[in-house]
Amino acid sequence: MANAGTDERAAKRPLSPHLTIFKPWLTMAMSMAHRITGAGLYIGMALMALFLLGSGVGGWLHALTGWLASGFIGGMIVFLITWAIFHHMLGGIRHALWDRGLYMDAQGRELLAQASLYGGVGLTVLLWVLKSLAG
Amino acid sequence: MVEFTLPKNSVIGEGKVWPKPEGAANLREFKIYRYNPDSDANPRIDTFYVDTDDCGPMVLDGIIWIKNKVDPTLTFRRSCREGICGSCSMNIDGVNTLACTKGMDEIEGPIKLYPLPHMGVVKDLVPDLTIFYEQHAAIEPWLHAGADPEKERLQSPQDRAKLDGLYECILCACCSTACPSYWWNSDRFLGPAALLQAHRWVQDSRDEATEERLGYVDDTFRLYRCHTIMNCSKVCPKGLSPAKAIAELKNRAIARQEGLSARS
Repeated sequence: MANAGTDERAAKRPLSPHLTIFKPWLTMAMSMAHRITGAGLYIGMALMALFLLGSGVGGWLHALTGWLASGFIGGMIVFLITWAIFHHMLGGIRHALWDRGLYMDAQGRELLAQASLYGGVGLTVLLWVLKSLAG
Repeated sequence: MVEFTLPKNSVIGEGKVWPKPEGAANLREFKIYRYNPDSDANPRIDTFYVDTDDCGPMVLDGIIWIKNKVDPTLTFRRSCREGICGSCSMNIDGVNTLACTKGMDEIEGPIKLYPLPHMGVVKDLVPDLTIFYEQHAAIEPWLHAGADPEKERLQSPQDRAKLDGLYECILCACCSTACPSYWWNSDRFLGPAALLQAHRWVQDSRDEATEERLGYVDDTFRLYRCHTIMNCSKVCPKGLSPAKAIAELKNRAIARQEGLSARS
């Protein structure tokens, strides 16, 4: 161990800025979004389980969950959950490709980052358009 | 540990605006991170104006001009000025790169300079690289082989080609200090630079310690804190891809695990 890491002066050293000054690249943003959607889906899956439980049990619980999901805020939450599922799924595919060393070059990595962003939004919109067409 | 905000002593304040050079027709504005270890003041951002008609084209030329003509206390590392020594790495316009190979004309607006991110700052643009070097030493970046042979250790052109894209690393630390995983876990995650070097020795046909090398890196923190964020490969001023080297290293580590469990 060199002294530079342990002496008194080193302890006083300021930490250089990081997140706030680094260029907000899409690839890095997609990594963050993958984590955030992953964490969000824990709550999303709990809500979905509650909704399915309501459908199964029926009665007042069914009425409550149905009422919650049909309101504006509830509807937005359901919409966001569907987006999070698609975004996280495509993020998973992106990482599965990268873990095999594929599409890691300069063009490939940007392409996959864009594909998971636009793909996630596209699949979500497609799902809701199909749902509205189905009535 | 993930800590998004800077500690109190690291919060950046407003700095000094240095006077514009007299009679200069073409000026370039530089905004530079300053920290003086001999004062108790927090870091600050100073503004300088460089006469581009009196100065070379690269960012490094700009800060050398400032040091010579405006403020001799401006502190930074530099040596070769041609992208091979790796000394002048810093965060330029939001991206870690070498000041000597980054043209001022590649940047729009004021040229913003910070030390490499999430590092202890020794002074101004000089970060403390102690841990970074210790990590490089930890992967034992030298040939591990038995007793000295009578002739040189032969390597086929095909095996030699496996080292391309790995051996060219100049240890500038741009990649490791661009990696958010390294920011949060630099004490336990080896970081892209050290892992690229670990892979360079795993790939070397003459090395006989592949098993030990893979065993050393095969760890939740040392290797697997890499979440393929890709900043390392995007910043590398030598055009190398630590992310790809790490992906291959992970696959070698997995194959080794499978081999171990098949044998037992």
